[in-house]
Amino acid sequence: MAQVPVAEGIFTWPPDEAKGTGPQLIGSRCTDCGIVTFPTQDSCPRCASTAMAEHRLPPRGRLWAWTTQEFPPPSPPYAGAGGRDFVPFGVGYVELPDEVKVETRLTESNPDALRTGMEMELVLVPFRTDDDGNEVVTFAFRPVEGKS
Amino acid sequence: MNDVAIVGVGLHPFGRFPDVTAIEMGAIAIRRALADAGVEWRDIQFAFGGSYEVDNPDAVVALMGLTGIPFTDVYNGCATAASALTLAANTIRLGDSDLGIAVGMDKHIPGAFTADPRLYACPSWYGEVGQFLTTKFFGMKINKYMHDHGISHETLAKVAAKNYRNGVLNPNAFRRKALSEEEILASPMLNYPLTQYMFCSPDEGAAAVVLCRAENAHRYSDNPIYLRATTVRTRRLGAFEVHSPWLPIEETVGATVDASRAAYEMAGIGPDDVDVIQLQDTDAGAEVIHLAENGFCADGDQEALVADGALEIGGSLPVNTDGGLIANGEPIGASGLRQVHEIVLQLRGRAGERQVPGNPKVGYTQLYGAPGTAGVSILTN
Repeated sequence: MAQVPVAEGIFTWPPDEAKGTGPQLIGSRCTDCGIVTFPTQDSCPRCASTAMAEHRLPPRGRLWAWTTQEFPPPSPPYAGAGGRDFVPFGVGYVELPDEVKVETRLTESNPDALRTGMEMELVLVPFRTDDDGNEVVTFAFRPVEGKS
Repeated sequence: MNDVAIVGVGLHPFGRFPDVTAIEMGAIAIRRALADAGVEWRDIQFAFGGSYEVDNPDAVVALMGLTGIPFTDVYNGCATAASALTLAANTIRLGDSDLGIAVGMDKHIPGAFTADPRLYACPSWYGEVGQFLTTKFFGMKINKYMHDHGISHETLAKVAAKNYRNGVLNPNAFRRKALSEEEILASPMLNYPLTQYMFCSPDEGAAAVVLCRAENAHRYSDNPIYLRATTVRTRRLGAFEVHSPWLPIEETVGATVDASRAAYEMAGIGPDDVDVIQLQDTDAGAEVIHLAENGFCADGDQEALVADGALEIGGSLPVNTDGGLIANGEPIGASGLRQVHEIVLQLRGRAGERQVPGNPKVGYTQLYGAPGTAGVSILTN
């Protein structure tokens, strides 16, 4: 089954394991004031400059806020499985040190396994199959193994 | 600038009314507000109408009378009614007119609100993956707040139970059945830590408020209520707000705090002076957070205040005496005017079984919603 990203330009694609970097989210950085955004945007939300440069985000950070999504979001816009096929997922903001807080799906949806401040890392995960039979991949963060 | 008084309030009950259109509900609310003020529709010089579902609330003139008045439609998320009220008050403050009306009406289908994320300056994928949803924002915000300030799940249940209990006393409320804290905690988890019965529901209803120049108020009412402040604010960079695919490292207070501070300054009144309070309880956690964001307590004090019954009708900080959004549901265009309706009844001493004891003199209302918009009003008798 072929894999396709949920959107172009929000994370590195195709996965390039050869380089050893692992996946990265693609944001932008204001070359005037330094603020980092995700995803990219053309003008700066802080200083209104239009001098925004593409900026790859670090893949690890700490869980800043989180909840669980335990009912299927209204569809559209939600494109994942609904009804009985719905699988609850975690949602949170991961603070990437000194850069930005990214809102993200979490691979973990058990409240007992999630804790504010825990270390998280970026992964790419399949989340649905499109009409052409492709596996649609999105980004998520998962707890770093062995860290508390 | 002219001071502003409220001389009439009217409500179409909130709930489910399959045979009544939103416009008809708006007309009913207007007629009740006019009757309360003792004026006729032909006396009204201008109107502002708020709605999410109705493209043109001004179409209500077809039911009221085609008098040719300026009638401006307003939509501003969950702060729609605060915006209609602010614009109506400003029309009088600036001397354009002497007597006008703010009306809100809505009729939502059941279930969480949704939209095309692109209309909120969010990317399409944000909705596709299931993150464009207000309920999960409220879950994250209260979960973080509980972690940072030591608020318990039981406190959330107590707040929801209080609002259902107040709803039992309100004949206009949608939910009029008391629920125990145990039932609330045991209902299905929607967005941790928020269970189904901790959330309000989109529903149907309408509310209207007749405003006039304060110096004319006694022509219409023997107990006018004065509108001391109305403010609307949007989020600033660094505030933790709904529909944010990212947040900067820097942090600042939310739109509610900004709207609240501006309202206190405008009114020359502080939180210690307020006797009866209406807060946006989209969920029980939002009421807990908004209590601090509007200056009524320090972060974390809610745990003891709720345990001591301070938020009850007979408590020191009565909040959502008509059941709030949790018992009334949220017809977006009408919700904030329903808050004003309740404060006006309370300040007149005519809230019946829900009356806050001790002749309350100062009332406060607050709205908050997507995409980070807040509205506050302060009223006195």
